[in-house]
Amino acid sequence: MALRLEQLHLRLGDFTLDADFEVPARARVAVIGPSGAGKSTLLAAIAGFLKPESGRILWEGRDITALPPGKRPLSILFQDNNLFPHLTARQNAALGIRPSLRLSDEEWARVDTALARVGLAGLGDRRPAALSGGQQGRVALARMLLRRRSLMLLDEPFAALGPALKADMLDLVAEIVEAEGMTALLVSHDPEDARRFAPLTVVVAEGRAAPPAPTEALLGNPPPALAAYLGNGA
Amino acid sequence: MRYAITLATALGLALPVAAEEKPVLTVYTYDSFVSDWGPGPQIEKDFEAVCNCDLNLVGTGDGAAMLGRLKLEGTRTRADVVLGLDTNLTAAAAETGLFAKHGIEDVELALPVEWDDEIFLLYDWGWFAFVYDRSKVTNVPKNFRELAASDLKIVIQDPRSSTPGLGLLLWVQAAYGDEARAIWEGLADNIVTVTKGWSEAYGMFLDGEADMVLSYTTSPAYHLIAEGDDTKAAAPFEEGHYMQIEVMGRIASSDQPELAQSFLRFMLSDMAQSVLPTTNWMYPALMPEMGLPKGFETLITPERSLLYPPAEAAKVRDAALEVWREALSQ
Amino acid sequence: MIRHWPGALAAALVVALALGTLAAVALRAEGWTALQSADWAAVRFTLLQATLSALFSVGLALPVARALARRQFPGRRALVTLMGAPFILPVIVAVLGLLAVFGRNGLISHILGVFGLPPIHIYGLHGVVLAHVFFNLPLATRLILHGWLSIPGERFRLAASLGFGPRETFRLLELPMLRAVLPGAALVIFLICTTSFAVALALGGGPRATTVELAIYQAFRFEFDLGHAALLGLVQVAICATAAALARGASLPAEMGGGLDRAVQRWDAGATQLKLIDAIATCLAAAFLLTPLGAVVADGLAGITRLPGAVLWAAGRSLAVALAAAALTLALALPLAVFIHNAGRAGSALAETVAYLPVATSPLVIGVGLFIVIFPFADPVSLALPVTALVNAVMSLPFVMRAILPALTEAEAAYGRLADSLGMKGLTRLRIFLLPRLARPLGFATGLAAALSAGDLGVVALFVDPAEATLPLYLYQLMASYRMEEAAGAALVLLALSLGLFVAFDRGGRLGAQA
Repeated sequence: MALRLEQLHLRLGDFTLDADFEVPARARVAVIGPSGAGKSTLLAAIAGFLKPESGRILWEGRDITALPPGKRPLSILFQDNNLFPHLTARQNAALGIRPSLRLSDEEWARVDTALARVGLAGLGDRRPAALSGGQQGRVALARMLLRRRSLMLLDEPFAALGPALKADMLDLVAEIVEAEGMTALLVSHDPEDARRFAPLTVVVAEGRAAPPAPTEALLGNPPPALAAYLGNGA
Repeated sequence: MRYAITLATALGLALPVAAEEKPVLTVYTYDSFVSDWGPGPQIEKDFEAVCNCDLNLVGTGDGAAMLGRLKLEGTRTRADVVLGLDTNLTAAAAETGLFAKHGIEDVELALPVEWDDEIFLLYDWGWFAFVYDRSKVTNVPKNFRELAASDLKIVIQDPRSSTPGLGLLLWVQAAYGDEARAIWEGLADNIVTVTKGWSEAYGMFLDGEADMVLSYTTSPAYHLIAEGDDTKAAAPFEEGHYMQIEVMGRIASSDQPELAQSFLRFMLSDMAQSVLPTTNWMYPALMPEMGLPKGFETLITPERSLLYPPAEAAKVRDAALEVWREALSQ
Repeated sequence: MIRHWPGALAAALVVALALGTLAAVALRAEGWTALQSADWAAVRFTLLQATLSALFSVGLALPVARALARRQFPGRRALVTLMGAPFILPVIVAVLGLLAVFGRNGLISHILGVFGLPPIHIYGLHGVVLAHVFFNLPLATRLILHGWLSIPGERFRLAASLGFGPRETFRLLELPMLRAVLPGAALVIFLICTTSFAVALALGGGPRATTVELAIYQAFRFEFDLGHAALLGLVQVAICATAAALARGASLPAEMGGGLDRAVQRWDAGATQLKLIDAIATCLAAAFLLTPLGAVVADGLAGITRLPGAVLWAAGRSLAVALAAAALTLALALPLAVFIHNAGRAGSALAETVAYLPVATSPLVIGVGLFIVIFPFADPVSLALPVTALVNAVMSLPFVMRAILPALTEAEAAYGRLADSLGMKGLTRLRIFLLPRLARPLGFATGLAAALSAGDLGVVALFVDPAEATLPLYLYQLMASYRMEEAAGAALVLLALSLGLFVAFDRGGRLGAQA
């Protein structure tokens, strides 16, 4: 088992969330549920930005509950502000190797390779403001590639993109996760994202994160809480 | 960090230059004495030519600030000689016990009053006076009462922060005694403002903010000699004029007592004395062999000179200040 | 994530300078003289003039800020920059400039004279307040303008779509903002004016206009009563602490370094009458602030050719002090800001108080206290320039912190998690993340510190070395030697240096913050 949430109890003011499940290695998991249900809270706890009230988070059997965010074996993409606006695409990606940006020539070459792999060859000297939304997402993906962490957390990073562009980005992420042998958790409010990206889905609703279940089956025959969220259109 | 160290060096934290073998004589004085236009540069050059020493003139603000600093430093002071106190400060200065007797007796002073002090030696002096522009002021007042009755505007200095300001306070006190309050009350509507120091007041006067300014009888000499401008004049007052007597003394704890002594003597030499009139714009303590510089003969010579002996000046000033404050605060 | 000791060290240094020096003076005192009636008169006058100065500065800044907030016109940006000049001007230069306009022999008196009217009388409480408004109107305008620009443009659009007129817009959008911003702006200016000294002396017209700071000067210089001076220094701190406590409900105005070079598009301000009001407010403020500056320039041009070469050395020393002060400001303010940001609520409240402490402390007490502390170990005069730089860095800290803290909070809110997730720590975090993100307020803050210290006369006479005179001191030396014309020339050089430093740092920060 790659990721294990052991009787995890989260609290944020009046809001609480419980989770107790495992995610298999190399799985791609969608995290869906009504807005305000705690999807991002769950990711924040796994990433180390929120200290759990109780319970443990384990990665490959190792307890990582007390580690600071930067030391955890994972990369995270937020809803926005994934790139530093004052750094070029190349520098932003290079942060994945070393945040001090003191890199050897060989390492800079790796940065360029990573940028090329996400389709940004030749755009490395641009700052984020000079890149489109999709290109910005690709820079963040290149950084993830360079960080070489085995768990990837995605907190609706492509929500602002149009449907076609978003689909492209999800396919690219899936391809990278597959090729690098990573495990990925994707938060989304769109069941289509889950269908497209994740064989498994975690439903977060009513203060609880359910264990991952096969996506197609779940969406085809949703439990009551999910059904209410999906409505008739699902 | 290397940058920070460079900066610190640039700011004067630099290592001291390898000291020469010459002894160093440190003299505390007021700022305008050491400025480029004061007597300092010439005095330093002339004294170093004869003393085989390094004369270190240290500017310390004005006379009162210098005394304050001496008190803070106490016997650990680096000063060997202090130059630039006046008679309003010498009582307090003597009280510190930091000064040694000067032991110089064979000087022939050119001074309109008696002077005898075994600690402090006078090196120059002057009279306070109101200075005006002859092309603008025609009804020149002949005393404080006339000034108070006129609609002339004057700018004066604060006795708490300025040497001339304190001089004026004691001038009115010495001339009028118990009537000083009435004089100040009469002057209140003539006073445009009271400044921190001489410079601000004199600058305002030159800018036309006031008809007269409290300064020295020698001030017109500057304009005449340095600028060729003869419009400035000092108004002679019948009550007499209060004097400022500038003195020097040596510090008892000095490790250069002989050198200090020879500096005091040097200051009373013709060489040094002849520098003072056109740099310090004061009268020398001894009449130079060449006489006073051309232009000084045009200055007014008060018929009476007023001066409190040091001990009395220290005694009257607090009460006089209270009167001044009350009269001008109404 | 971030080490606390650099911030704690900076805080300790500030406390040592602000209160440690007061303690040093008190410990050295040989006796205590209780406060006398003259001291209480000084306290009353200080409170009166500071209150009036704050009220008038803020009241007059209001229409100016509103005009700048909603009008775009050529030269607007240059005007905002130039209007900031009085705040960084050396007092003596500003006073001479003011007198050239408002003095008995000034511009306005001359115009009055043409109509057979008597000259105006600037000296007295009203003169002190006028000068303080001259110094602080730009600051108040900046603070209030920032409040206006912080109202999102979308809200004015929404208001327009709902058919709001100027009155409704004011009541529902602008009034809430002003309620939050005005008390803080008034407090800042009140605090600045409590330590006024030279202005009160030059324009006060006599002993009625005695401030606490002047009473402290008197205690040092005239009476050499250290105990009394320390007591008065304590009174000064108490006044500021009380004022700050009274205004605690009012949040202190946030950012001063933000971008003020845009106007918000408004749909409610199109009426000719409103345009006219805005034009008049802008022109009057510009005339009030720029005419005295123009007088300084005009006077200076006559004397500048007569300046001896030594003025360059003096300017060089002032430049070195200013750059060192700017560097020290950064070295103090950044760790302190990070410390405040990361400390718990109690810790950060304490640290914030510390950062604002220097406004309340008497520069005279700091100077004498430092002298007492340094003298046993080193020759204070040889440390004159570094000490001037350090004290100026600390004195400008309150303004600097006001510019940096909100920007830091914003940057951490936006990118803090990203930096955490990438494991950015310590100096790397500073270099890669914080410095570039804060470039703009840092440029403003260092510019302010540099300009303020370039114009500073030195802590007190105790630390002054006339042979190594800085430019302001050189100016005074010229004046003390009857050379008023050259002094005017030196004042112009000083004005150019201060303003040039401020503009250079401010622009540098903007360039650094391009993204």
